[in-house]
Amino acid sequence: MASRFIYLDHAATTPVDPRVVEAMLPYFEEKFGNPSSIHRAGGEARAAVEKARQTVAELLGAKPSEIIFTSCGTESDNLALRGVAFALKGRGNHIITTPIEHHAIGHTCEQLAKEFGMEITYLPVDSFGLVDPDDVARAITERTVLISIMYANNEVGTIEPIAEIGKIAREKGILFHTDAVQAGGHLPLNVDKLHVDLLSLSGHKFYAPKGVGILYVREGTPLLPIQTGGGQERHLRAGTENVPYIVGLAKALQLAYEEMESEVARLRSLRDRLIQGVLERIPDAQLTGHPTQRLPNNASFVFKGIDGEAILMQLDLAGVAASTGSACSSGESTPSHVLLAMGIDPLLARSSLRLTLGRRNTSEDVEFVLAILPQIVEKLRAISPAYT
Amino acid sequence: MYSNIVIEHFTNPRNVGVIEDADGYGKVESSVCGDMMELYIKVRDGKIVDVKYRTFGCAAAIASSSIASEMIKGQPIEVVAELSDEKITEALGGLPEAKIHCSILAASALRAALEDYFSKHPEERPEDF
Repeated sequence: MASRFIYLDHAATTPVDPRVVEAMLPYFEEKFGNPSSIHRAGGEARAAVEKARQTVAELLGAKPSEIIFTSCGTESDNLALRGVAFALKGRGNHIITTPIEHHAIGHTCEQLAKEFGMEITYLPVDSFGLVDPDDVARAITERTVLISIMYANNEVGTIEPIAEIGKIAREKGILFHTDAVQAGGHLPLNVDKLHVDLLSLSGHKFYAPKGVGILYVREGTPLLPIQTGGGQERHLRAGTENVPYIVGLAKALQLAYEEMESEVARLRSLRDRLIQGVLERIPDAQLTGHPTQRLPNNASFVFKGIDGEAILMQLDLAGVAASTGSACSSGESTPSHVLLAMGIDPLLARSSLRLTLGRRNTSEDVEFVLAILPQIVEKLRAISPAYT
Repeated sequence: MYSNIVIEHFTNPRNVGVIEDADGYGKVESSVCGDMMELYIKVRDGKIVDVKYRTFGCAAAIASSSIASEMIKGQPIEVVAELSDEKITEALGGLPEAKIHCSILAASALRAALEDYFSKHPEERPEDF
């Protein structure tokens, strides 16, 4: 087994930054209080949570009272969709979204349709995975209560025109949610510039631990909690606050903002080298997603005639951690719903590979992948009856 | 996730290729995942003297094809006719639940190739095939 380990799956998760760990440590043993407690230990924990809220709010251009801490991006998405759908059930039953959303949105919409009588419009996307804002405007009806469109796609990295769509939503008076989980740490998230009413983030995508997320909720947005209890998070998300993780998340987001400009430029240059190298060295390789309007760390491809999981396994044996890009890791090789929605043939969609760069990656990592990937693809194609 | 045997066969698949003048040929596609396998056999005096295949699929599909090719090469045809997907899975040291259908793909490709052969040589067809 290779001793080399090159991690190129940062869209799945990131390592926790040591500075984040350091910020969190006092809140496990030393300052362990429950923020709802009246005593000094409680006050200490409360102060830490509210300081974190203040930090996040400033970075997002929001008010502290508009920041709700959750357990993950999936919970944030669920709270946004269910919360608005249930709060506005007297006003309408129509949600506008896209077919390329993460399952946290997709499967929630499916359930809202099946069990709660909601009507869902799935807007088309073009071959790059882009939504046309004009289609959003056209899809709005008198029954529309929410538009939910992701900021950047988790599989192919395409960045959607969120600010433009937000303007349309604002003009028509429709609430607008964006799943910004993949954008977190890479793209500016000013909620006023984006014209969003709700925005989901997940800490572990930007070097905070797994198990903590954010839902931004614009003041005045009707939202019914999906988790009730002790009244934490302005009664919108009951449950004792995860103090150390909330502290860590705020620290991680702050670091991401401080380093965004230089890090995004660095990642973009590595990404472009990776894309260019793959397309030059491997015949019948195709970039998926938008060539320029894409996340700075995402390089995703399809390689005609072979199976993505087989590529991934070969890379893993060589010490490179990658992904097929689809959320499905259970082995049921259903082609990616994102690639299918972009009009990619189901057989071709099975050959997807996603490489997502991060802070610790170097140009040596990229060169190593460019050195081994062509042979891997060639070898698998030589075995395959589907490559002609 | 995978046994060492699966990894070994996936990394160094045996008997890959095509036989131009094969005595039996089978091509199957999995309804579960779209995996594809084609298998060629050469038969002399009631024995499989050569076998080649090509497989489109995941590591488990490629490893299943490879180990199946080893299990049938040089064997009498009536023995080969009884090779089941369970035996392939067992020889691989097991497969994850979601990948069992990969061994079925290899067993089905073999069955299709044998069917092709027996249709041309009905006198050699075992009674229970």
